Amino acid sequence: MSSSIRFNRRAFIRTSTLASGGLLIGFNFFTACKDSVKPPIDISKLNFNDFNAFIKIADNGMVTLFSPNPEIGQGVKTSMPMLIAEELDVAWENVFVQQGLLDTDNFKNQFAGGSNSIRLAWEPFRQTGATARQMLINAAAAKWGVDASECTTNEGIITNAKGETLGYGDVVKEAALLEVPDNVALKDVADFKIIGTDARNVDIDKIITGKPLFGLDFKVEGMVFASVLRPPAFGQKLDSFDADETKAIVGVIDVIQFDDKIAVIAKDTWTAMKAKKLLKAVWKADTNLESTEDHDKLLVDLLDGNSFKTLRKDGDVDKAFAVADTVLERTYESPFLPHNCMEPMNFFAHVTAEKIHLVGPIQTPEGTAKGIAAKLERPFEEVKLEMTRMGGGFGRRLYGDFAMEAAQIANLSKLPVKVVFSREDDMTDGIYRPAIKYRIKAAIKEGQITGYQLKEAAINSNMYGLIPNFFPAGAIENYQVDVANYSSNITTGAWRAPYTNFLAFAEQSFFDELAETLEVDKVQLRLDLLEKVKGSTDERIQYSPERMQAVIKKAASEADWGKKEANTYQGFAAYYCHNTHVAEVADVQIENGMPVIKKVTCVVDCGIVVNPLGAMNQIEGGIIDGIGHAMYGDFSFTDGKPNAQNFDRYRLIRMKEIPKIEVHLMKSDAAPTGLGEPTLPPAGAALANAFKAATGKRLTNQPFSKFPELLKVIPQEIIG
Amino acid sequence: MPTYTLNLNGTSTTVEVSEDTPLLWVLRDHLNLVGTKYGCGIAQCGSCTVHLEGNAVRSCSLTMGQVEGKNITTIEGLSEDGSHPVQEAWKEVDVPQCGYCQSGQMMTAAAFLKTNAAPTDDEIKNAMHGNICRCAAYTRIHQAVAVAAKKMV
Repeated sequence: MSSSIRFNRRAFIRTSTLASGGLLIGFNFFTACKDSVKPPIDISKLNFNDFNAFIKIADNGMVTLFSPNPEIGQGVKTSMPMLIAEELDVAWENVFVQQGLLDTDNFKNQFAGGSNSIRLAWEPFRQTGATARQMLINAAAAKWGVDASECTTNEGIITNAKGETLGYGDVVKEAALLEVPDNVALKDVADFKIIGTDARNVDIDKIITGKPLFGLDFKVEGMVFASVLRPPAFGQKLDSFDADETKAIVGVIDVIQFDDKIAVIAKDTWTAMKAKKLLKAVWKADTNLESTEDHDKLLVDLLDGNSFKTLRKDGDVDKAFAVADTVLERTYESPFLPHNCMEPMNFFAHVTAEKIHLVGPIQTPEGTAKGIAAKLERPFEEVKLEMTRMGGGFGRRLYGDFAMEAAQIANLSKLPVKVVFSREDDMTDGIYRPAIKYRIKAAIKEGQITGYQLKEAAINSNMYGLIPNFFPAGAIENYQVDVANYSSNITTGAWRAPYTNFLAFAEQSFFDELAETLEVDKVQLRLDLLEKVKGSTDERIQYSPERMQAVIKKAASEADWGKKEANTYQGFAAYYCHNTHVAEVADVQIENGMPVIKKVTCVVDCGIVVNPLGAMNQIEGGIIDGIGHAMYGDFSFTDGKPNAQNFDRYRLIRMKEIPKIEVHLMKSDAAPTGLGEPTLPPAGAALANAFKAATGKRLTNQPFSKFPELLKVIPQEIIG
Repeated sequence: MPTYTLNLNGTSTTVEVSEDTPLLWVLRDHLNLVGTKYGCGIAQCGSCTVHLEGNAVRSCSLTMGQVEGKNITTIEGLSEDGSHPVQEAWKEVDVPQCGYCQSGQMMTAAAFLKTNAAPTDDEIKNAMHGNICRCAAYTRIHQAVAVAAKKMV
């Protein structure tokens, strides 16, 4: 079956005015061009530097593809261009990939978040490649005087019925002058030559040789460095400061106050960081200085209270509880978490009368550039933002606070300046995963789950969007999701798989316990519940019971669920988020009286896998990240101050703590779905459920390492 | 400010910096060798790993006085063209996600493999335990060290 989508000719812009010659074809992601753009475009007015598009074909046939979305380690700089190359029909070895600039005229959705890049690019990127290919064919056909329909392509070579050939580079100039065809058909999935094959990270050679790639590596002539002193506690503001000692340090250029912050500008990073420590600042309390103990009590009060907002309500849970044979209720608790990107936050800014030049690692270039333009009261058109490769994102780089600081300092100093966070700055001036507590209550009547109520108490904000419609919505007759929050002055935000990163743990731990209560197999319980969702007419429910059952069955089979190996204990979890279905089985062994994770078997249905080599890396990393934070991630506050500031007091998972990971990708012809996040949420639950099997003790709070008494094994004779 | 001379990637290099400047920042800001990364500044994460007389060390915690006259190798000097067995293995296995910590990981692996040509799985884990990878590409880091060991035989 061939797919095609209705395609607006005006969505294309083209030019052949490249210095190297060749065709540059652009596609305006999701929308037609602005009304002011009338094809055919006046190509003399375009140039490569200010017109940034997807495909550049040189006279020699080499192809440059521009990857518009930010690269945070999720691999889109490799996988998104693969979509174009597939339909353009060029050899992947002949493709160069370049990071696109922020360009709101020609690109849309230039952000990295929500595991959305590939899902949203799937049709339009392939359409871009297919349309360019058709234009090249049409040019060759005209040159030969034959019908375009008799021409075929293979890896950048066009062949006609007589067997004559022309390279893309031979016809690129003519192609650029042709009408842009409408509605070009896309390839059948079975004909893919690039999609579905392993492609290495396009930056691999630069990474292994230490070439400049990241924001922290960026340099320009005359650039200076800023280290910023911010209030040490949330809720404090600046009273006064003395910078005499700081200014006495050789290499310090200036000390600038802005907002409640003090920037030390120096000729190098070390001098700026060192001199900042000599600032003598006096802080005063502005709002509450909050501690984790306060939050724990406030969140429990919310769970016990009546200030909930109901996000979904099916049937009548109260009635179900009233008539139940058994009611099971559990509370699950999670701490704040910092993102801890290995590359600390940083950004370059240079503000001149003509423009605001910004360079650095940012997941949301457009929003950040617009925010800075507004803050500096400059037109957005004067902002030029270049994205660098990012040393991790995990949600932290959705927030442009560090870029705003750079712009403010650059605006005040008029110097080309890079703001560099120390690790301590990065960890203590975070935008954290909020601490959240869940209380789940289920009614059991005559061996069936008849009621399910999920209550969420969170710092600052609650689950959103479709999350209340995730499993087990639709599977249980009486179902309700209630949320409440406490507004704190501690900044919080998205952290890899927002909300679901801990909700999956709570829910999938709870279903494990429900199966124990019902005395049914834990995998079978989930399959039975999913059976009830089949044929549902509830359009809010996005997960597919069929696809979820399929990953569950395959995971159980591949992991040999229920196996009776000596000293092997298994835990199961399955979850749907970011449009992807995942099942995981954790195998735990007891070593020295403690349960130790040895293996995770993971089955993923994310539709067509564009780049399996990159996908496997994301999946393995997501699982280990999930296990690591469930085990060790702990971030608390005392009087508004974070108790950990660096990796000596904040533990991240390391090499000796990782299990073997076995991944199975479901074969699928369905459009691709998210992959950067969805394998993380179920990992903590699979682990805790395996620990329960091994020790007889159930973990309900993260991180597990805070509860050593629950990680000790009860002698086997007691478990029975 | 004092001057220091070190043998950096096989070349005698002199630099004038304040005496408390860590080697890491001398490499990055003064000598334009940005392959060595800043991660924590307190020798906890391993992103800044370089070789001092062939041994893996944390450049964030070494002052210039400690490396004066010594042989230092950074990722840029591990090979001329990315052909060190560790670099080849990292490419073959396609280790990186974000890639930021990888030069430190490779420098640790390269120094380790000189001392142990045929490491066991547990020996690899022990050797690499000091280097954090926040993307958790540990499975591939482990695999690449094993591949590199075979290449070095």
